[in-house]
Amino acid sequence: MLKFDHVSKRYPDAGDALLNVSFHLKQGEMAFLTGHSGAGKSTLLKIIAMMELCSRGSVLLDGQNLNKVTEKQIPYVRRKLGLIFQDNKLLYDRTIFDNVALPLIVSGYGYQEIKRRVRAALDKVGLLGKEKKYPLTLSGGEQQRVGIARAVINKPRLILADEPTGNLDPELSAEVMHLFEQFQKVGVTVLIASHDVDLLSQMGHRILTLDHGQLKAS
Amino acid sequence: MKHNSRQPRNKDTTGFSERSQAYLQVHAHALFSSLGRLVRNTFTSVMTIIVMAITISLASGFYLLVANMQQLTAGIESSNQISLFLKSNVSDNAGNKLAAQLKQNQHIAKVVLISKERAMREFKAYSGFGDALDVLEVNPLPTVIQILPKDTLSELQAVENLMQELKQLPEVDFAQLDMQWVKRLQSMMQILQRGVLLLTILLGFAVLVITGNTIRLELQNRRDEVLVAKLVGATYSFIQRPFLYTGFWLGFLSGLVAWLLVTVILLILQNPIEELSALYDGAFALSYFRLIDIVGLLALSSLLSVMGAWIVLHFQLQQIKPR
Repeated sequence: MLKFDHVSKRYPDAGDALLNVSFHLKQGEMAFLTGHSGAGKSTLLKIIAMMELCSRGSVLLDGQNLNKVTEKQIPYVRRKLGLIFQDNKLLYDRTIFDNVALPLIVSGYGYQEIKRRVRAALDKVGLLGKEKKYPLTLSGGEQQRVGIARAVINKPRLILADEPTGNLDPELSAEVMHLFEQFQKVGVTVLIASHDVDLLSQMGHRILTLDHGQLKAS
Repeated sequence: MKHNSRQPRNKDTTGFSERSQAYLQVHAHALFSSLGRLVRNTFTSVMTIIVMAITISLASGFYLLVANMQQLTAGIESSNQISLFLKSNVSDNAGNKLAAQLKQNQHIAKVVLISKERAMREFKAYSGFGDALDVLEVNPLPTVIQILPKDTLSELQAVENLMQELKQLPEVDFAQLDMQWVKRLQSMMQILQRGVLLLTILLGFAVLVITGNTIRLELQNRRDEVLVAKLVGATYSFIQRPFLYTGFWLGFLSGLVAWLLVTVILLILQNPIEELSALYDGAFALSYFRLIDIVGLLALSSLLSVMGAWIVLHFQLQQIKPR
């Protein structure tokens, strides 16, 4: 599903962010990406989301070499992904419904289908009935779950989450992690970057540890 | 799986009609949501539209001015007639004889004799001096013979040769080729027309820049939205669509306001112009925008505005990338 093959990323002014990283995630696998801050977790996720290109090596996503993806094809690659961010990246002047529906709208789905799927996704994250509310009227945990609903609505093959529990208390964090496990159970590949080592070790999934841009043997 | 497929991924559950319907929905949504956005940002929108409307009304106002002037000169444009002013001692009778004689000339299509009396009547009627002329004891006006050369004499030189020939006649005081002042008027009109065209191009460019700048600001305000849309897989054309529609609305509404502006100005000017026209022969009727002009005006202002938006989007949208 996702294969990193000797991937390096060098920034002109900041040196190597990733160095010779190789790993393979199978379809339906769930893994955590951890490491100290600045270890390269975000860079790794950005390469998969095509926000950055790697300097060396190759990344295969669903059999497609990301080095060979043209600017015009990027949107279609991103539609296979569900992206979740620490800061949610919700649109605060839009309702919950509009926020969650966005990936379907940009993919050209009809309104009936969108309505059905938004309700299903909100139901899944426990926010059914809040469609007409605005993000700022929700709690931090609820906002994060809106972000998750938006990420999964397009039925992505791979969910990428960058510090999804960064702003949440331990109880909410565990709740969010269990939500991810549910998606994994239905065959979605999940990769979560987090520095919350205690929580990760409890969950018993594969852990990829980055140290100064290099992957430590796990 | 096709990687660059433009359709939603689950083709089996989404039929063609539903997809094309969704496509129309997306367009309709962009069309009306961009209008709604303009309405919500009332102050900015109104300011922009006023500036653009004034610009457009300048161009279209001048266009209308030229159109009106053309109407004024249209009647004489085709005329290349020669006026022969007869010596004052030539009687109307002798004038008639000369006119009959000229009719035989192979180069002349039409001869019209304007007797002293008729000239006086017309002068009284159209000059506005009216009764004041009754004070004159003697009619000072000469008999005039108007000659229309045959079409075969299309060359100005040939007409001038004919005029020189007629000038030699003993009864003729002097001959005047009307075409000369028509030509002068025409060339003045040409300069005016060209000037208006240049002005229109310049003002059209202004409309382009004003929309471009408005869209640039709008793009800055909606930067987050663009970033999130890109992250969830929106294509370039999806992201630029609402901005292009904003450009369309700005152009369309400005065109509409400009049309109203010019029409109001004309309505205000109508009375004085009619009075002035009545002082002459009253043949001049102020022409307003025709339907085709209005359609053209709206189409052009919308097009320019969309182009302005498009140019800005082309350069700025690619720079907004999620990092």
